[in-house]
Amino acid sequence: MIRLEPRGEVSRIWPLLTPLIAILLTLASGVAIFSAMGKDPGLALYTYFVQPVSTIYGVTELLVKAAPLVLIGMGLAIGFRANVWNIGAEGQFTIGAIFGGGFAIAFHDSDSILLLPGILFLGVLGGMVWGAIPAYLRTRFNANEILTSLMLTYVSILLLNYLVHGPWRDPGGFNFPESRIFSASAMMPTLIADSRLHLGFVFALLAILVGWLLLNRSVIGFQLRVVGQAPAAARHAGFSQNKLIWYSFLLSGGLAGLAGVAEVAGTIGQLLPTISPGYGFTAIIVAFLGRLNPFGVLLGGLVMALSYLGGEIAQIEIGLPAAVTGLFQGILLFFLLGCDALTHNRIKFSIAGRFVRI
Amino acid sequence: MDFVPFVLTVITASTPLLLAATGELVTERSGVLNLGVEGMMLVGAIAAFAAASATGSAILGVLAGAIAGIATATIFGFLTLTMLANQVATGLALTIFGIGFSALIGASFVGFALDPLPKLNIAGLSGVPVLGAIFFGQDALVYLSFGMLSAVAWVLTRTRLGLILKAVGESHDSAHALGHPVILIRYGAVLFGGAMSGLAGAYLSLAYTPLWAENMSAGRGWIALALVVFATWRPGRLLFGAYMFGAITILQLHAQGWGVVIPSQFMSMLPYLATVLVLVLISSDRIRIRLNAPQCIGKVFHPAQ
Repeated sequence: MIRLEPRGEVSRIWPLLTPLIAILLTLASGVAIFSAMGKDPGLALYTYFVQPVSTIYGVTELLVKAAPLVLIGMGLAIGFRANVWNIGAEGQFTIGAIFGGGFAIAFHDSDSILLLPGILFLGVLGGMVWGAIPAYLRTRFNANEILTSLMLTYVSILLLNYLVHGPWRDPGGFNFPESRIFSASAMMPTLIADSRLHLGFVFALLAILVGWLLLNRSVIGFQLRVVGQAPAAARHAGFSQNKLIWYSFLLSGGLAGLAGVAEVAGTIGQLLPTISPGYGFTAIIVAFLGRLNPFGVLLGGLVMALSYLGGEIAQIEIGLPAAVTGLFQGILLFFLLGCDALTHNRIKFSIAGRFVRI
Repeated sequence: MDFVPFVLTVITASTPLLLAATGELVTERSGVLNLGVEGMMLVGAIAAFAAASATGSAILGVLAGAIAGIATATIFGFLTLTMLANQVATGLALTIFGIGFSALIGASFVGFALDPLPKLNIAGLSGVPVLGAIFFGQDALVYLSFGMLSAVAWVLTRTRLGLILKAVGESHDSAHALGHPVILIRYGAVLFGGAMSGLAGAYLSLAYTPLWAENMSAGRGWIALALVVFATWRPGRLLFGAYMFGAITILQLHAQGWGVVIPSQFMSMLPYLATVLVLVLISSDRIRIRLNAPQCIGKVFHPAQ
C-alpha cells in the first residue's frame, strides 16, 4: 500500500532533482521500448541523444529547434504559474507565422531594411491577437481557456492550410501548396556561417532574461507567483484575476507568435501547410521540465530540442518511426509529474503493518 | 439530400462524441478532470484496429479498444489519485502520450482496411421504410452509446452509488468523513471514463472510417470535453449536444454537395468554432455553471491523516 503524506516544509532538493530523475527514468523506458521494437537499445540511444550533437552543425541545429521551444515555453511558464492554462500556443505560433509571412509575401519585391522588423512586429501582434481571444472569452464570458485556446489551434492550422492552397500559393510554384519564397531582406540573418542558426535563438535568450526580470523584479510577476502559490492570499490582497489572465495570454501569445514568425522568416523561408512539428504542445513539457523557472525553461528547451533532432536522425539511420519522439515526450511528462509529488509529499509505504517513509 | 442517409451519417458522427462524453461526465461528476480524452480515444482506436485486423473479430476489436482506454486511464488515475499530481498537466501528458503511442503502434497498420462493424439486421423491422434503417439498422456501438447514457443517467439519479459518486465530486472531505472510499470511487470513475473513450476510439477505427490514420480523432476528444460543460454535467443535455455536434460535422461535409462555395477549410473549422461558441453561451451564465459544476472538480484530495 502506497500513500502520500504532506511534507512539513517543501523540500529544497526535490524540485531540482525531479527533472533529472524523470529524464533518467524516460531513458530507461527508452531502452525497454527500443528492445521491444527489436532495435539495439545502446545504438538507438546513441543515435537519439549523442550523435545529433556530435558535430558543430548538429549543435547549431539543436539551437535552431530549441529557439521556438524556449520562446513559447517561457511565455507558458509565466501563465502556468498563475494557473492560466494556455494550451493553444501552437495556434498563436501559426497565426504569428501567417501575419508575418503575409507581410513578407505582400512586399516580396521590397529590399527595405524595415521589411524584417515589420514582419517580426506583425508576427508578435498575430500571436497576441490569437491569444487575446481566449483571454477575452474567459474574462468576459467565463469560457474555459483550455478548450477555447485549443479549438482555436485547429482553426489557425486550417486557415494556414487555406492560405497556402489558395490566395497565397506561389504563382510560379507548379500548384504546390506553398507560398513564394521570402526575399533575402525578409529573412533573419544567420549567426554562424554555413548553419541555419538565426536570430531566433537570440530572441529566445532575451525572452529568458526578460522573463526572469518579470517574475523576480516586477509587481506583476510577484502577483503571478502569489496567485499560483497562495490563491486565497491573492484574493485577500485584491489581485485582479482577470488582469493576470490577460497578461498571461498576451505575453505567451506574443512570444508564441514571435516563435512562429521566426520559424518561417528564419528556418523555413516560406509558408507551408505544416510549419511546426508540434512546438506549441512540446513547449508545455518544456515549461514543466524547467520547473516554470526561466533558466529551467532554457535547459528544458534544449532537452526537448534534442528529442526532435534525435528523432529525425533515428528515423533516417535506424528506421525508427517519427512517432517515437512524441511517445518519449509523453512519458517524460508522466515521470516528471509523478516525481513532482515528492516535492510536496513523502511516500509512506506500509508493509505488513509497519510504515516506511521516504 | 435525402433525409434517411443524412440522419444515418449524423448518427455515425455523433456516436463517438456521445460515448467519450458520457465517460468524461462520470469522471467529472466524481470531481476529477481528465483532459486526456483525446489521447485515450487514439489509443483505443489503434488497439481496436490492431486487434480486429489480427483476429478478424470485431467484438475482440471493440473489447481491445475499451481495455486500452482503461489501461491509459489507469496511468492518469495513478498519477493524479495516488501520486496527487496536477490533473490538468497529467491530462495533457496523457494526450501527448496517446498521440505518440498510437502513431507508433499504428505505423505498421497504415493502409490496412477492415470491414466496417456489422449492422443490426432484423428481418422485417430493418427493412421498414425510414424508421427501419434508423432504429433497427445500426451497429452495436450505437445502441451501446444510448444504453450507457441511459445507465449513467439512471445510476446518477436513482441509485446509492450515484449519490455517493456525486457526494465525492461535490465535497470529497465530507464524503471521506462519512466513510466513503473517495480514492476508490474516483479510480472507478476515471477507469469508466477511460473505457468509454476507448470505445469511442474503437468506433472511429472500426465503424466511422474502418482504417487507421495518425491523429484520426482530430480533436473529437476535446469536443467531448466541451460537451460535458455544455451539458452542465447532465446526461440528458449531453445527448442533445452530441447529436447537435454530429449534425454540424455532417453539414460541413455535405455543404459542397449543395453548391455552397465556401472553401473546404472554412467548412472544416465549423465544429471547432461551434465548440467555442457553445462554451461561451453556456459559461456566460456563471450562476448556472456554479450550481451545476461538481465543486471539487480538479482539486487534489489529501486523505486526512
